[in-house]
Amino acid sequence: MQRFSGLDLFLRALGRHQTWKPQWREPEPKAAYDAVIVGGGGHGLGAAYYLAKEFGLRNIAVLEKGWIGGGNTGRNTTIIRSNYLFDESAALYDHAVKLWEGLSQELNYNVMFSQRGVLMLAHNIHDIQSFKRHVHANRVNGVDNEWLTPEQVKEFCPALNVGPNMRYPILGGALQRRGGTARHDAVAWGYARAADALGVDIIQNCEVTAINRDAQGRVSGVETTRGPIRTTKVGVSAAGHTSVLMQMAGLRMPLESYPLQALVSEPVKPAFNCVVMSNTIHAYISQSDKGEMVIGAGTDAYTSYSQRGALHIATHTLDAICELVPMFRRLRMLRKWGGIVDVTPDRSPILAKLPVPGLYVNCGWGTGGFKATPGAGHLLAWTMAKDEPHPINAPFTLERFRDGRLIDEAAAAAVAH
Amino acid sequence: MLLIPCPHCGERPEIEFRYGGEAHVARPADPSALDDEAWAAYLYLRNNPKGLHAERWRHIHGCGRYFNVLRDTVSDKITATYKAGEPRPDLPATEAAE
Amino acid sequence: MSAPFRLAQGGRIDRARPLGFTFDGKSYSGFAGDTLASALLSHGVHLTGRSFKYHRPRGILSAGADEPNALVGVGRDQTRYTPNLRAPQVELYDGLVAESQNRWPSLSFDIGAVNDLFGRFLPAGFYYKTFMWPRKAWDHVYEPKIRAMAGLGRAPTAADADRYTQRYAHCDVLVVGAGPAGLAAALAASAGGASVMLCDDQAEFGGSLLSETTATIDGKPAAQWIADTVATLRGRANVMLLGRTQAFGYYPHNSIGLVERLTDHLATPHPDMPRERLWTLRAREVVICAGALERPMVFPENDRPGIMLAGAARTYANRYGVKAGSRAVLFTAQDEGYRAALDLARAGVHVAAIADLRPNPDGELPAAARAAGLNIMAGTTVTGTRGRLRVSGATLGRLGLDGQVGQSQTIACDLLLMSGGMTPSVHLFSQSKGKLRFDETIKAYVPGQSAERERSAGACRGIFGLAAAIEDGFARGEEVAQAVGRAGGAVTRVAVTTLAAAPGVHLGAAPHDRDAATVKAFVDYQNDVTAKDLALATREGFRSIEHIKRYTTTGMATDQGKMSNMNALGIVADALRRDIPEIGLTTFRPPYTPVTFGAFAGTSRGQLFDPVRQTAIHGWAADHGAAFEDVGLWKRAHYFPQGGEDMHAAVARECKAVRAAVGIFDASTLGKIEIVGPDAAEFMNRMYTNAWTKLESGRCRYGVMLREDGFVMDDGVVGRMAHDRFHVTTTTGGAPRVLAHMEDYLQTEWPDLDVWLTSTTEQWAVIAVQGPNARKVLEPLVEDIDISAAAMPHMSVRQGRICGVPTRLFRVSFTGELGFEVNVPADYGRAVWEAIYQAGLAHGITPYGTETMHVLRAEKGYIIVGQETDGTAVPDDVGLGWAVGKAKKDFVGKRSLARAEFSKPDRKQMVGLRTRDPHDVLEEGAQIVANPNQPVPMTVLGQVTSSYFSAVLDHSIAIAMVRGGRARIGETLYVPMPDRVIAVTVVDPVFFDREGVRLDA
Repeated sequence: MQRFSGLDLFLRALGRHQTWKPQWREPEPKAAYDAVIVGGGGHGLGAAYYLAKEFGLRNIAVLEKGWIGGGNTGRNTTIIRSNYLFDESAALYDHAVKLWEGLSQELNYNVMFSQRGVLMLAHNIHDIQSFKRHVHANRVNGVDNEWLTPEQVKEFCPALNVGPNMRYPILGGALQRRGGTARHDAVAWGYARAADALGVDIIQNCEVTAINRDAQGRVSGVETTRGPIRTTKVGVSAAGHTSVLMQMAGLRMPLESYPLQALVSEPVKPAFNCVVMSNTIHAYISQSDKGEMVIGAGTDAYTSYSQRGALHIATHTLDAICELVPMFRRLRMLRKWGGIVDVTPDRSPILAKLPVPGLYVNCGWGTGGFKATPGAGHLLAWTMAKDEPHPINAPFTLERFRDGRLIDEAAAAAVAH
Repeated sequence: MLLIPCPHCGERPEIEFRYGGEAHVARPADPSALDDEAWAAYLYLRNNPKGLHAERWRHIHGCGRYFNVLRDTVSDKITATYKAGEPRPDLPATEAAE
Repeated sequence: MSAPFRLAQGGRIDRARPLGFTFDGKSYSGFAGDTLASALLSHGVHLTGRSFKYHRPRGILSAGADEPNALVGVGRDQTRYTPNLRAPQVELYDGLVAESQNRWPSLSFDIGAVNDLFGRFLPAGFYYKTFMWPRKAWDHVYEPKIRAMAGLGRAPTAADADRYTQRYAHCDVLVVGAGPAGLAAALAASAGGASVMLCDDQAEFGGSLLSETTATIDGKPAAQWIADTVATLRGRANVMLLGRTQAFGYYPHNSIGLVERLTDHLATPHPDMPRERLWTLRAREVVICAGALERPMVFPENDRPGIMLAGAARTYANRYGVKAGSRAVLFTAQDEGYRAALDLARAGVHVAAIADLRPNPDGELPAAARAAGLNIMAGTTVTGTRGRLRVSGATLGRLGLDGQVGQSQTIACDLLLMSGGMTPSVHLFSQSKGKLRFDETIKAYVPGQSAERERSAGACRGIFGLAAAIEDGFARGEEVAQAVGRAGGAVTRVAVTTLAAAPGVHLGAAPHDRDAATVKAFVDYQNDVTAKDLALATREGFRSIEHIKRYTTTGMATDQGKMSNMNALGIVADALRRDIPEIGLTTFRPPYTPVTFGAFAGTSRGQLFDPVRQTAIHGWAADHGAAFEDVGLWKRAHYFPQGGEDMHAAVARECKAVRAAVGIFDASTLGKIEIVGPDAAEFMNRMYTNAWTKLESGRCRYGVMLREDGFVMDDGVVGRMAHDRFHVTTTTGGAPRVLAHMEDYLQTEWPDLDVWLTSTTEQWAVIAVQGPNARKVLEPLVEDIDISAAAMPHMSVRQGRICGVPTRLFRVSFTGELGFEVNVPADYGRAVWEAIYQAGLAHGITPYGTETMHVLRAEKGYIIVGQETDGTAVPDDVGLGWAVGKAKKDFVGKRSLARAEFSKPDRKQMVGLRTRDPHDVLEEGAQIVANPNQPVPMTVLGQVTSSYFSAVLDHSIAIAMVRGGRARIGETLYVPMPDRVIAVTVVDPVFFDREGVRLDA
């Protein structure tokens, strides 16, 4: 791998940039691999990288039906945080945040992880109770999260309206200073480049059309639009399309795929210095390095694979943003798009080996997948390599639904009384 | 915003309705007869197809009735609506394949 | 101030109405009908902006929505300041204040332009390859610097003073765009009476015809045809014309988003006028007549101020009466460019040369140019330009047969026109999920297979030429009239005279003899993406156009690729030696042009952000100084401070009053559902954990409702009013959820049950009268109900009258005291409340709020769903195992409770906590551990769910969910806080009157 650095850039600039090599190869699929990852998003590419780097599996391929990073990796609002309530979730997401913290150096690719702080706003007494519970739970779990009064909220994020003239005034907030944002495309590209350098074949425009199983029911390979591939380990990391793929292996999943919309404003000079989320009035916002306000909210109301969203959903997102930051009312929406997020009944992911031997899945991240990218990749790699889960993802099984061992962050946070 | 033909009221905009998830997931007549696996399948497993989907909607700001819709989850095109309790209509293959 | 580049005559401006404005503090003049761009050009001002990355000086490039360079901030003060507006779209008004952006200290001298000098070190994606060391420097050094350099305009620093409005509308036919095709389509579509809406983003209808001075339609000048057509349409009652209205988004089932600008063009808008109106439109049929955009040419240094699209210069001359320069060179790859050269020459601009990339330009337009004596240089490219703040010359190179640049010469000019070809505007079609098709003959994407009820007409589907576009508009208009059943017969066709133009087929970079690795030939002007950046991306292995877009940022500027996308495709296809369709096409996303956030928010702001629900007694509580809290949409009285009390003092007083005398509480927000029918009891049996069959009429029972997965969903007291009638109460926030849950099962699982459900939350006002004196207060007011302890025991309900008003009187208690809940029709709520209050004064009645209610119930160990439970608790966890009807064969959630997980002894169970120091009040949400000295991450046993200081007991109380909690009663556990550890004793969660004798008083 050609190492990126300022000096390298300088020298190549003197050489008029003619000597840059492709960041990853464009290989033809081989007839067989030791393991195949289905889905070339950040999670899948990350899994391939860690399989090669940490577990020595180098004869592996990532199969992507379109272009890498073209799914939810390239369609999200790039928020990263780990201040989840339950021990299991906090451990899972904090595993990812710790990997984020060294990721640019690890991959020799600047993923622009910016720890600008994620501030979650409380608008009523129930929010305060819920967020304080998070703060306490996170503290004894070693995850940073602190409670801010409205005055401290204003001091931390001066653009916010903390006045009483709101329908739901800001009564405080929970701040994770280690939280922030990253450059989403760079994560996919960085993992792709690093994995490729370790020998991983990244095969784009290659759609999986069947998952084959042998007489014993074990995974024996996949059929693709570019021919059959033999393998005994298949890791599915396909977000919104997981149900479709699992159907090929004869499995029904506890998943539904919903549109999730996001939008950006036209770019402006720095005017918003952190990430702000409000679950109560349904919106979140940060400003990208380019200057665009990056805005999102919850999923649309009905299942869909259409990768667009309804106008009235975005309308409600923007009325919330205009309330939180009234001086952004004259900013303009530049671009709006939709992703397809796969949602489980308890809003927590499934990252596990499945009842079908040789089949592994990483899915159900709902609206929270981007933040988990390095962690999910690492844990999927671990689970595939060792054929057993890492202690961190051990609770995130498919069987938890049968057994009633849900990890229900949403229910824990959102029940009003 | 979808335009949804309520079988009781006619075409109305989506904001009058609430989505009710996959249709034809009938509650088992005797839940106690099911083992945990089968019960969890009823509770949680869903088809989630990419294509034609039979789903429930409730005309919450209208007649209040639940009914079923056949909608393509890729194009959002609605091909049929029918009352709760009625079987899923058999559509010609060409339409279903769209 | 005189405007030296204003033509003596012509244009659609109103010379009788001069207007003054300022740009970067300098005063200028213009006329009504001008845009900011045309007015600036009339003063010879081209330099209006700086590019995003290199801060290169930039001029006005276009005359419309595709403008990437001339972005300005407009607004006299911060409450009405809007950044990033395109100068060609800003309508001039008297007193307009505009400023340039992204420059320091000034537009003509911008320090940031140093980036341009180091441009070779800042290739596409350079930031992915560096700024990684030392690790922390990204957050503190590099990123802040990059951010400060990036961005374009500045966000306003004050809240917006304007208002916005929204409308929903329906029509048979929506015609998008009022150019030649759109006007024709609207005429034909509306001829038979179909309701037609015609929208156009410009102030005037006519589109490209507004710049047309030579063509005739129906024997009249284009301007006259526009006027006559618009007058005809205006005269039809079934037609609605929407000017200044952009169709920005195409949503499923022919739902279209439009935004209408109402006041931005006015010097002194009426203060009551909203600034913009958002339309959500549902059209049975849509005709898209969005036209086409001219492509620039990609050649070295093609970005200097004074370099402009040919069609834009023609528009400035013909429509605004402005010469964009004195001495022009045209660089074209299509006939259409000649039209501009001819009109400019006619307006007095010296056209020094026409460099045509094609070897043999031979259409009507080149012939006309030849006849006019213009200097046509066929087979010629532009290899570079001169000038810094304004173009001063262009180097023209003759192309040999081998395509190599031969002899070249530099021609002085202050205006360089580009005409690379026409790109149909397929944005809305593509948003509708229609499939695009690449048309090899015109080298452009055009609409293919439709997904919605829409069709395109004219240039936006590659039908170029005025006559053809108008004919296409008529034909499509007739089709949609037919489709909606309002055919008006064939529309009389019109004769069109104009010079025909063959479509251009050039895409991508023009040939040159410069060093391709170093010269800057811009593709995406605003984002400073050059042809060599695109080449670099392909060299680095990026193949998909989506990757190339994201890596180089081409097409991601505020014009969203209108100016750049097709050229980028051409360059990438060349670099990869593939056909254009193989490269793919980036998705067209809404909005077509940027839309103000405020228009989406509309009137949903401040107190109108969400509806406010108030009880019938709200006004009384407000009059008596209540502090309110938001619970869902409701405003609830939180506490009633007296004489400067804080919340704790008020709550202590209220609590003591209830326990010692009597309190009055507004419980109207509780959800209420009337369940009626022969199968009502059976329905209740299935929906609640409890057994209902044996509950007698006139008695109440505390009901627990589960989700099908076994977790507690809601609770409330249910009164059986008659054999076939239940009065169900729910939590305040849970009411709609519970009713929907019930309707779901009733309608879809058990339609055979004969039961009706009706929400009665708003119908009943509920007045809780609680405390030892409660009966004494109510007795004199109640008619025809015996409320004595013997006649009306705890958990009973009676119907009768109170204060002359019909009531359902419940004897229930959420305080542990003797208590009643008086339900009266909501309209009488306040009157009855006041009567009870008056009667109670003699007995020490005290109004109390939700906080006191919470403390009193916590003293009794009563749960609040959503506080003790959090969606992960089953009934036994919160001590409600007794409420689960074990003998019942089935109820919603029963099967789930049978799972082994739910009977494990180490589940979190509800317990009470006592602190050593009685004045130590634990923090709600605080965590509970067995060993406070263990390292982080700690093994946590549970958390505090409710915690208060009990003034009645004179010590703090807390309720907690603790693993295996019931077996731990008596144990000491610990609550680790940031500054200390608090030891707690696990106790029974009932702190007060454990025997419940007070309830039965």
